Amino acid sequence: MSLDKDFKDIPGTIIFDAEQSRKGYWLNQFCMSLMKAENRAAFKADERAYLDKWKMTEDQKQAVMSRDLNRMMALGGNIYFLSKIGATDGLSFQQMAGSMTGMSEQEYRAMMVAGGRKIDGNRRLGEDGDAQRPKKD
Amino acid sequence: MARITASVYTSHIPAVGAAFDHGKTGEDYWKPVFAGYDKSKEWLKANKPDVIICVYNDHATAFSLSMIPTFAIMTGPEYNPADEGYGARPVPKVIGHPELASHIASEVIQQDFDLTMVNEIDVDHGLTVPLSCLFGEVKEWPCPIIPFAVNVVQHPVPSGERCFRLGQAIRRAVTSYPEDLNVHIWGTGGMSHQLQGSRAGLINREWDNMFLDKLIDAPKDLAKMPNIDYVREAGSEGIELVMWHIARGAMSDINDGGKLKVVHRFYHVPASNTAVGHLVLQDAA
Repeated sequence: MSLDKDFKDIPGTIIFDAEQSRKGYWLNQFCMSLMKAENRAAFKADERAYLDKWKMTEDQKQAVMSRDLNRMMALGGNIYFLSKIGATDGLSFQQMAGSMTGMSEQEYRAMMVAGGRKIDGNRRLGEDGDAQRPKKD
Repeated sequence: MARITASVYTSHIPAVGAAFDHGKTGEDYWKPVFAGYDKSKEWLKANKPDVIICVYNDHATAFSLSMIPTFAIMTGPEYNPADEGYGARPVPKVIGHPELASHIASEVIQQDFDLTMVNEIDVDHGLTVPLSCLFGEVKEWPCPIIPFAVNVVQHPVPSGERCFRLGQAIRRAVTSYPEDLNVHIWGTGGMSHQLQGSRAGLINREWDNMFLDKLIDAPKDLAKMPNIDYVREAGSEGIELVMWHIARGAMSDINDGGKLKVVHRFYHVPASNTAVGHLVLQDAA
């Protein structure tokens, strides 16, 4: 009952399973620390110094500092944890989700108001939908 | 004896809570979302439950990677709304029902479902947004609520079929509780949405409505759908919909040959990144 094969053929989608969870453990736990106001302040005051207190990889720290959510997810982050960084930056979930698509905030919002991204062509890798960009990692 | 007489299903979108808390419910964008609950709000006033079992998921709020219970029942006396990074929602604290919750925990564990029992926890938007949608702005929630959390964050998450059987076990547990209580069970989360990667913003209106159709008329078949189908068709966060099967499996038609009626059904796109789905099923008698 391996999860891997089935779940890996969905475009633009990383399944947060035990392997990703292990890989992203400290990245995600760092995110949890941002639920305290004093930690948000310390992070904002000196991001590098704050990140250096966590057992994260250099890649993970760079991804956080450049706010590259796709990269953070590839390195084991989960969106519910990563959203604490967005909250620290004062972003909404829509702004965060939109930032991963290559669309502008306005374009993404307009797509949602028009009914959202279509499923056709986006079920499996190799189809012709608008989410078929090469996956990172 | 206690009895489950109705089930309520609804999305639990954080932006809906934010719209509510910041007085935006009258804006053009949000008006149709909140209007979708009007009929159910009236129905709840006329059909007031004594207790609600509310199935939801924690979104890396109280449960981090430190601990990930697949099923957790809250057996404590009260729970505060959590600060999810934007400050706690200004909504009433949730009053629990420790006696019924402990009874359910005990009875359901003896039916081979390993529930984690939680007495102290802050509850996030997964629980409080449905309460706001269905009760509006109130000084206190109208009845005790038993939060019941399901892991839908780290895969593998429980299958729809297991959730459905858990709902049946919960019904048996409630039915064996001696006090005469009218119990509602709520299933929350969904519908289609994806919050990650190049496929973010996915909405599948046709699939969502198929899900609502079958939840009403063919729930046993629907529960057999494999988890991969939710992720593929309804988005990575659409997997939350497995939680609806817990509420559906607890209804009389599944267990005692009862008949149900559809009190209300509502679907709207979008609320932020998400398709809003809402359904109320009640014993027909």
